[in-house]
Amino acid sequence: MRVAIIDYGSGNLRSVTKAFERAAVEADISAEIELAGNAEQVRSADRLVLPGVGSYADCRAGLDQIAGMTEAIEEAAIKKGRPFLGICVGMQLMAERGLEKDVTEGFGWIGGDVKEIAPQDASLKVPQIGWNTIHVKHSHSLFHGIPTGKEGLHAYFVHSYHLDARRDADVLAVTHYGGEITAAVARDNLAGTQFHPEKSQTLGLALIANFLRWQP
Amino acid sequence: MLKARIIPCLDVKDGRVVKGVNFVDLVDAGDPVEAAKAYDAAGADELCFLDIAASQENRKPIMDVVKSAAEQCFMPLTVGGGVRDISDIRRLLLAGADKVSINTAAVKDPDFVARAADKFGNQCIVVAIDAKRVSAEHEVPRWEIFTHGGRHGTGIDAVAFAQRVVELGAGEILLTSMDRDGTKAGYDIALTRAVADAVRAPVIASGGVGTLDHLVEGIRDGHAAAVLAASIFHFGTYTIAEAKAHMSRAGIPMRLDQTNARQGHDQV
Repeated sequence: MRVAIIDYGSGNLRSVTKAFERAAVEADISAEIELAGNAEQVRSADRLVLPGVGSYADCRAGLDQIAGMTEAIEEAAIKKGRPFLGICVGMQLMAERGLEKDVTEGFGWIGGDVKEIAPQDASLKVPQIGWNTIHVKHSHSLFHGIPTGKEGLHAYFVHSYHLDARRDADVLAVTHYGGEITAAVARDNLAGTQFHPEKSQTLGLALIANFLRWQP
Repeated sequence: MLKARIIPCLDVKDGRVVKGVNFVDLVDAGDPVEAAKAYDAAGADELCFLDIAASQENRKPIMDVVKSAAEQCFMPLTVGGGVRDISDIRRLLLAGADKVSINTAAVKDPDFVARAADKFGNQCIVVAIDAKRVSAEHEVPRWEIFTHGGRHGTGIDAVAFAQRVVELGAGEILLTSMDRDGTKAGYDIALTRAVADAVRAPVIASGGVGTLDHLVEGIRDGHAAAVLAASIFHFGTYTIAEAKAHMSRAGIPMRLDQTNARQGHDQV
């Protein structure tokens, strides 16, 4: 199984790659984790991971700079139905639009916009930085065997924006931060997390292993 | 619920930990990557590397440290020291840093913070502020920004500066009291609270930790979102687990995944 970590100059690719390698080894899953910097590698991959650190517009521009990359992602994830995992801004790009500073077009896979978080409790800071618990809305392979909820494991968040999904069914998990914030989305073979599994220690490695086993 | 964070800070010079880390049996107490792995296993919530001798010419050692740490620790890393331009930030992020801390460059040119936040998003731009109290005992407290390890006063008001850089795009403030740094007398709570209450971004309290109660005070009284400490952890005075348990008992929400996981294993 070839897993493409899409490389478009966005930060922390190294952490993502290493976390996937570690998760695969620990879970005894045979997977080649490769950095994919061109469209062909993405088109032929069995699973796709789109990381993303930076501003929405900057990440989108980075993808668009690689010839045929957006089309290749679309082809592999939508036409061929390969399992896809977006992380942080990589997940936000699955939305219709990003409203960070300017309006930027997303992939339009998940209905809704990426908006600034606005905690109702004024003492809560923006960005949300740190470890929060997550609450899974419906059963999904990605969270199989992971203790979630108030007493569950924590996930690492570092973000000022979140995907405000139009359909409740697309929201896989939320976190509480002065109101509900989208922590994960999923539809068909597509999934994304606002938190960073590659930085979330036990929970993160378990979620990555689940993604590698996922048969949507 | 978002938890308060404990952040051990490692001062790194030419790729080595200054003074070393001696809280566990490390093969090499001066190896920052070994220390990072130990803190990862101990349940630290983030790790901070500060390149204290960062010169423009010699950025390779810290890059190598960040790269290896990010390959072996699946926990968040903040890296600072000598960050002067957009390409410094990009390189550190590509090496595996999650957040990059800007100090002197932000004081010299606050618009640098805006450019960095535009490029990388405000969530990964930390501005490190070194502040010293300049008011007399009976006056309304006032703090100024100092640079060069507290030797150079700038005349810039610390609270106003924090507000300005957050407006420009800083996603977090790493606030060090130069009066308290190294004293073990506790954080400057008045300073921490003045800044934390004035800005929308989270504040990391730094400088002066000597006891576990100081960590509690930083969050509870200083309104910080995270507490940074160095020597009490590096020299094994307290473990991360002891610190978390103490803060948790004091009513501060802490992430106790490591402890819980261990208990879980014991039951098996």
